[in-house]
Amino acid sequence: MKALVWHGKEDIRCDTVTDPEIQDPRDAIIKVTSCAICGSDLHLFHNFIPGMMPGDIMGHETMGEVVEVGPGVDGKLKKGDRIVVPFTIICGECDQCKRGNFSVCETTNRKKHLADKVFGHSTAGLFGYTHLTGGYPGGQAEYLRVPFADATHIKVPAGIPDEQLLFLSDIFPTGWQAAVQCDIVPTDTVAIWGCGPVGQMALRSAILLGANQVIAIDCLPERLSMAEAAGATTINFENESVLERLKELTDGRGPEKCIDCVGMESHVMASWPDTLLDRAKQMVMLESDRPHVLREMIYVCRPGGIISVPGVYSGFSDKLPMGAFMNKGLTMRTGQTHVNRWTDDLLRRIEQGEIDPSFVITHTVPLKQGPEMYQVFRDKRDSCVKVVLKP
Amino acid sequence: MFHFSNIVRTKGDPKIVEGGPSLKQPADQLARALGWFSIGLGIVEFFAPRRVTETLGMEGRETMVRAFGLREILAGVMSLSVDKNAGLWARVGGDGLDAAALLSGLTSDNPRKSNVALALLMVGGIAVLDYRAAQETKPQRPPPNARRKLYPNRSGFPKGPQAAKARAKEMIQHATAGVAS
Repeated sequence: MKALVWHGKEDIRCDTVTDPEIQDPRDAIIKVTSCAICGSDLHLFHNFIPGMMPGDIMGHETMGEVVEVGPGVDGKLKKGDRIVVPFTIICGECDQCKRGNFSVCETTNRKKHLADKVFGHSTAGLFGYTHLTGGYPGGQAEYLRVPFADATHIKVPAGIPDEQLLFLSDIFPTGWQAAVQCDIVPTDTVAIWGCGPVGQMALRSAILLGANQVIAIDCLPERLSMAEAAGATTINFENESVLERLKELTDGRGPEKCIDCVGMESHVMASWPDTLLDRAKQMVMLESDRPHVLREMIYVCRPGGIISVPGVYSGFSDKLPMGAFMNKGLTMRTGQTHVNRWTDDLLRRIEQGEIDPSFVITHTVPLKQGPEMYQVFRDKRDSCVKVVLKP
Repeated sequence: MFHFSNIVRTKGDPKIVEGGPSLKQPADQLARALGWFSIGLGIVEFFAPRRVTETLGMEGRETMVRAFGLREILAGVMSLSVDKNAGLWARVGGDGLDAAALLSGLTSDNPRKSNVALALLMVGGIAVLDYRAAQETKPQRPPPNARRKLYPNRSGFPKGPQAAKARAKEMIQHATAGVAS
């Protein structure tokens, strides 16, 4: 089969690889009908997250049709079922899964010893996302083995196009969880840094959860226009001061809720000296993340407010203003997404026409064009916001 | 290369049968080679500046050579990073500084002036490679003033943003009423 394979920094190729096989009775194999490139795939493309090995198959936003099931799937799936594959692999049986904390499932990371060493405790296995999270082959391929398939799936009905459902795998529940973590009340202003695909989902989720005002911060006109289309007030940080504008929009109080949809690769600008220092330190491996957005959020958030962090951070961040964070009594909530905790509700909202997540797709191309699309997406060429690949 | 990576794959996971075309261009390979060369030269200059100044007949300039070594190492690291273009331009600038420093040693009373001339020739050659690599690895990002496609009709709310807000309000009222009762 064809698959997008990581060969090193900025080197992803469309290789021919052997087909996946059932390895465990709880496995299923799906024929991928649609998959997507996620913003967090770019961290792997840049080799900023440790634990990738040449030969790893990329991709964690995937859906398709079940073509084979292991004997342990126990009637939960059958050949021909149409499923979206959540990016977190879950067993559904461990204590964390029972609590709904699916992204920290205690069972599914098959390289648990690595994650235990690095993070203190292992998190769930993830598709196509380094050997720290199990080294599972990803879904930017023609076929995908789904481990623990009896629990790791979202069954979806026929009649709704892939494009509306695919993002249940990651970015839609990720944006939703980011907003839910904010405990939004009707008087809240929610400020969202980064209007990439997760930022777009987070801002729509904040609207659906009843925020009074949603403010979207980015520098790319196409992304800001998409945010405005949903009713957000926008700030282009290349043209205006984020701090002053947020003050102005909140009568000097600051936003009650702040969401970081940027993560470890924040924008670098000469007028923000901390970003230059972060970039230099990241280059010589003195710091793994560039946390400019976290610093700004802590500074600007209204005292007693909540900071929600769906953006991916990989290791160590320097110069976080913990004094301001503590004295302002802020709360930070973060984590990989507990996808299956939210998907029943989100699928219902899609079916009822409350939201159509396909709005974010700007490019749909065959799988073999995937490597080039990584560059287009990274460089924000052709006003690219989200790429869907068709195997 | 992939034959090696196939060895360490978990049994049953897909293995590469045939590699596809690489995204890497010859200029990327050149940038990588120049990056490692820069680090190598930088280490020599930083840790053995006296050997360098003696070879060039420019004794007494060890501090400058050491500083140049540090510069080479930093430019090399940058050339190997995702910001390789900045690293390569830093190398081009560094080549200019190297040439200026070497020219100051090209005096008639320098018994090693032939070595200095040879070094100048090398710097010239490397500078051509640095410049070529810097030109060919220019970031493909569109310039800030480039025309962009806008998406003013992509609200994501099939019934419109106002209806989405109204629905949210309704849900909150419903939830509040539920709690109150």
